[in-house]
Amino acid sequence: MNQPRLAILDYGIGNLHSALKGFDHAGADVRLTAEAADIEAADGVVLPGVGAFGPCIDALRNRGLDEVALERVASGIPFFGICIGMQLLFGGSEEAGGHTGLGVFDRRIVRIPDGVKRPQMQWNVLEYIDAGHRMFTGLGDDAWMYFVHSYSAEPGDDVLATCAYGGDLVAAVARDNVWACQFHPEKSGRNGIRILENFVAAAKAA
Amino acid sequence: MTIRAIRVIPCLDVDEGRVVKGVNFVDIRDAGDPVELAARYDEQGADELVFLDIAASSGERNTTVEMARAVAEQVFIPFTIGGGIRTVDDARKLLMAGADKVSINTAAVKRPELIREISREFGAQCCVVAIDARSSPDTASGFEVFTHGGRTRTGVDTVEWAKEVVRLGAGEILLTSMNRDGTKDGFDIPLTSAISEAINVSVIASGGVGTLDHLVEGVTDGGADAVLAASIFHFGEHTVAEAKEAMQDAGVTVRPSGR
Repeated sequence: MNQPRLAILDYGIGNLHSALKGFDHAGADVRLTAEAADIEAADGVVLPGVGAFGPCIDALRNRGLDEVALERVASGIPFFGICIGMQLLFGGSEEAGGHTGLGVFDRRIVRIPDGVKRPQMQWNVLEYIDAGHRMFTGLGDDAWMYFVHSYSAEPGDDVLATCAYGGDLVAAVARDNVWACQFHPEKSGRNGIRILENFVAAAKAA
Repeated sequence: MTIRAIRVIPCLDVDEGRVVKGVNFVDIRDAGDPVELAARYDEQGADELVFLDIAASSGERNTTVEMARAVAEQVFIPFTIGGGIRTVDDARKLLMAGADKVSINTAAVKRPELIREISREFGAQCCVVAIDARSSPDTASGFEVFTHGGRTRTGVDTVEWAKEVVRLGAGEILLTSMNRDGTKDGFDIPLTSAISEAINVSVIASGGVGTLDHLVEGVTDGGADAVLAASIFHFGEHTVAEAKEAMQDAGVTVRPSGR
């Protein structure tokens, strides 16, 4: 009955409450926090984000949460980046003149190709590359997720799933204890909540 | 290579945090409870929800913030709130309470910089500009922008305004035909296609839906990325699931209900 504790990194930007409510619904004892002690005490850490890459990475750094995040990634506990939070984990983004990211994944965030509307603002179906990953436990073949983004990660061998939008866009990546997705699981109905539950389970097991 | 999944969006009018103008599901406890109604539409497969705040005074708007919070706690699909948003701070309160997007209309016409401000502060993805248009021979495209719920002429050409709001940072356009709104005669297809072709952000068609075929036409003929309707869903004429089946039967890609 003991719920795993999750810390959502509160770097003061956008609406982070949706992620909070989603993980709460998924059975976690979750808090929004910028306190290093809280974050270090948690069984899992979530890096959410909405809006643009630049203001988000700046806000994270201004609060010193970039180092806390990297330390938590290195500690091996479950870590989950969502939407812009996923992008922040990459080496950098070409958005708005270019910014450096946290570099957990060594590639860049690039603009969605021309020829499709930007942002991609719709539900899209996951094309699994690693369907057996724990992120996807309990999801069927027809898992639709809600995407809102104008930039996306360059492909690499850590990609778990893509979605078709002007090409195969990276939808989810993972390496060791770090999970990340471009879509919003907290806004993707039942399937999205299942992904949050899967992360809560990983935090509980850690 | 590209999946373009059309969104089906029920629209609910709210006043003081309650859904008004009636939503008649046969088996719900409280037809005015936004959480209960949102959950019901979610179950039916709604891709998003739009709440339009029809409150006359700004004093009533705090209850709309409370409503956003209540919906966000229980319903895990995106939702937009529109109506009466005049400042970045109005937008912030709603977004922080859990709304995914805000829709601005009259205030954007009065002061277009508001679009840029909201887009810069929170991202283009949460900045919806609602455009109410009416046929008019006085504009080049034949469609003129109206404000104040369709009562006030602006003299502005709808196609030009759509391009301008995208330039300023709108992430999406909610396009309502005031000629068709409430008529059940179907979307204004020439209007919808004129805007869809003119801009590169998603267009939600609104105004006039009376049948499921109308929803399909908004996409196949109008080029809309999403279709919004109120009464056909509210009074049990059709479920969102039926709307999606009609879309699929017509060859339009949608997220199947329950997925």
